[in-house]
Amino acid sequence: MQELTVPLNHVLFVSTLLFTIGMLGLMIRRNIIFILMSLEVMLNASALAFIAAGAHWGQPDGQVIFLLILSVAAAEVAVGLGLVLQIQKRFKTLDMDNANRMRG
Amino acid sequence: MQEFIWLIPLLPLLSAIFLMGFSSKLPPNLVACFGTGSVGLSAFLTCNLTLGYLKDPDLLTVTLWTWMRVSDLNANVGFHIDGLTIVMMMIITCVGFLIHLFSCEFMAHDKSYARYFAYLNMFVSAMLVLVMSDNLLLLYLGWEGVGVCSYLLVGFWYQHSSNGRAARKAFIVTRIGDTAMMLGLLVLFTEFRTLDIQSLVSSAQARWQTGEFISTLACLLLLAGAAGKSAQFPLHTWLPDAMAGPTPVSALIHAATMVTAGVYLIARMHGLFIISPHALLAIAFIGVGTSLMAAFSALVQTDIKRILAYSTISQIGYMFLALGVGAWGAAVFHLMTHAFFKALLFLGSGAIIHCLHHEHDIFKMGGLWRRMPITFASFLIGCSALAALPFTSGFFSKDLILLSAYQLKEFGPILWAGGLLGALVTALYSFRLVFIVFFGPIQTFPDKENGWKISLPLITLCILSLIGGYFTLPLNSLFPIEQMRHPALWVEVVSIITPLLGVLIAYMLFIRGPTRVPKLLTSPHENRLSHFLFLGWKLDELYDRILVLPYTHLTSILLHEPIDKLYNAVVLLNQKLHALFSLSQSGHMRWYVVSIVIGFIMLLGIAITIPKGLSQW
Repeated sequence: MQELTVPLNHVLFVSTLLFTIGMLGLMIRRNIIFILMSLEVMLNASALAFIAAGAHWGQPDGQVIFLLILSVAAAEVAVGLGLVLQIQKRFKTLDMDNANRMRG
Repeated sequence: MQEFIWLIPLLPLLSAIFLMGFSSKLPPNLVACFGTGSVGLSAFLTCNLTLGYLKDPDLLTVTLWTWMRVSDLNANVGFHIDGLTIVMMMIITCVGFLIHLFSCEFMAHDKSYARYFAYLNMFVSAMLVLVMSDNLLLLYLGWEGVGVCSYLLVGFWYQHSSNGRAARKAFIVTRIGDTAMMLGLLVLFTEFRTLDIQSLVSSAQARWQTGEFISTLACLLLLAGAAGKSAQFPLHTWLPDAMAGPTPVSALIHAATMVTAGVYLIARMHGLFIISPHALLAIAFIGVGTSLMAAFSALVQTDIKRILAYSTISQIGYMFLALGVGAWGAAVFHLMTHAFFKALLFLGSGAIIHCLHHEHDIFKMGGLWRRMPITFASFLIGCSALAALPFTSGFFSKDLILLSAYQLKEFGPILWAGGLLGALVTALYSFRLVFIVFFGPIQTFPDKENGWKISLPLITLCILSLIGGYFTLPLNSLFPIEQMRHPALWVEVVSIITPLLGVLIAYMLFIRGPTRVPKLLTSPHENRLSHFLFLGWKLDELYDRILVLPYTHLTSILLHEPIDKLYNAVVLLNQKLHALFSLSQSGHMRWYVVSIVIGFIMLLGIAITIPKGLSQW
């Protein structure tokens, strides 16, 4: 197997950066579509970390988990988009701050 | 015949149940038939039983069934008939029958006619159970039964709240005594493992030394019960208020029968009381003290029924005096004669009240002797017997009591003097009553005539009050024979003359010189002494101060549930916290995310800062 040219630290840094961006998006954004996209970014950030770690230690587990994350993301998008449609139908908006009926 | 004695209490009970069940649907005549007839039948059976007993005086014990059996406690529903029971049963059924007959007319216009007779029948039944019972538990059942009936009948006209209060007072005050009596029964049961009266008394005499502490305790507890029921100091305050009930009820329950239950109890348990001289002395002093107190109170009352109520308390005081000095026979004798003349007086006052638009104040009566001759005769005879004028029934019994008291070794002369003073005051107040009500100017005109149902009981009781003193009671085998030393002549003479003196004073005051009557005896609110006596020595006020007020104060504190405040504080804290935290439940999903992140960062921070050793551990 070939030497990894990019050091693990760098990949993990990128992964952390992506995760933080996703999390900030999750916290700041109000539109549910963007919230879902931020979630995707976070999932992918963790997937990147798995890939990098698997490559670093030469183990297949990282890629296995990546595939799992991929399918989970697909399922999540399917459910999430269904929810988006429902929210649009009920609240006539995609702004999640208006969907606050569960308060207190 | 003797197998059917259980019918005697059962008949009034059945009638009571029947009348309660169909109270609204029966015509008044039928109600009267049932109510009076059942007691009449009981009276007839009792007379039969008495004749049989007089012919062949042997003890008769009938056990009907086992009431309850719990380990050692074995209570039967059983009757024990001896001379004392016979006397009591005769009084209850015969006087009861006359009073029922009287009630037929007296209560004729009352809406709750059937309810009245139902209660009255139930009372007769319970009272019969009380005197016939062969064990203390069944006696206690009858004891409570008559208490309930007394409560129901005192509060019979419950539409007035003051009547309801009088009824509650009667019930609660007697309940204090009843509780003491129950404790007494428990003491006796723990000592002897039986409540059967005969075996209880015989084993007590076998086991207990004279004057032993436990015997005195048991006797004093029973005495408290008897004092509550028989309206003796300090539990007598309920009786004057109990006059709120219909007058025949006062005659039957609060003069002739129920209030003598205490006397009966002590006479029945005399074998036990003999063991405890201290308790006997207490009985004697309570008796003479109560009789004096009540006699002085009766002297200033203006309500005709309250006068009679206080005189009842006073006369039962005499019975207690007799019991206390060991003159059991004299006590029962006075019980009987008192039942006759006091029922007569109450029925007579009922007849007056009936005819005078329910007027109770004696100063609004007057000059009635011409208009109501039968009532006048009955009052004259009743008051003569009450004052113990010679050759009336009360004379024989009271004389016997006073002479027996005089012969007591230690305190005899003191008790005798007290009783004598009481007799003087008794004569004074009873003839004050007669002279004010029947002589003098007419104040209120009677508006109707009394029918035969009122006159017949009055006449019968008149005769009984006159000849009652010549009856010989079948009590010789029951009570220990007292050695009557013949007392000094002067004692007898003084005993006879004292009541006459009282009558003479009353005559001088109220007939000869009505203007010279001290205000003390006519307007009780004029000066402090008579006001004090009028209020029954202000005992009610005293009890209010030391018992009722603290109690109501305590209840008003408890009404606001002080202990619950602690738990309410916990609830309040929870509610406040809930309100606080539900603020965080904003419904904004982004805030949740933010708080999750903040929490995670904090956890991370903690995990990092915790020292290594601790985290391993």
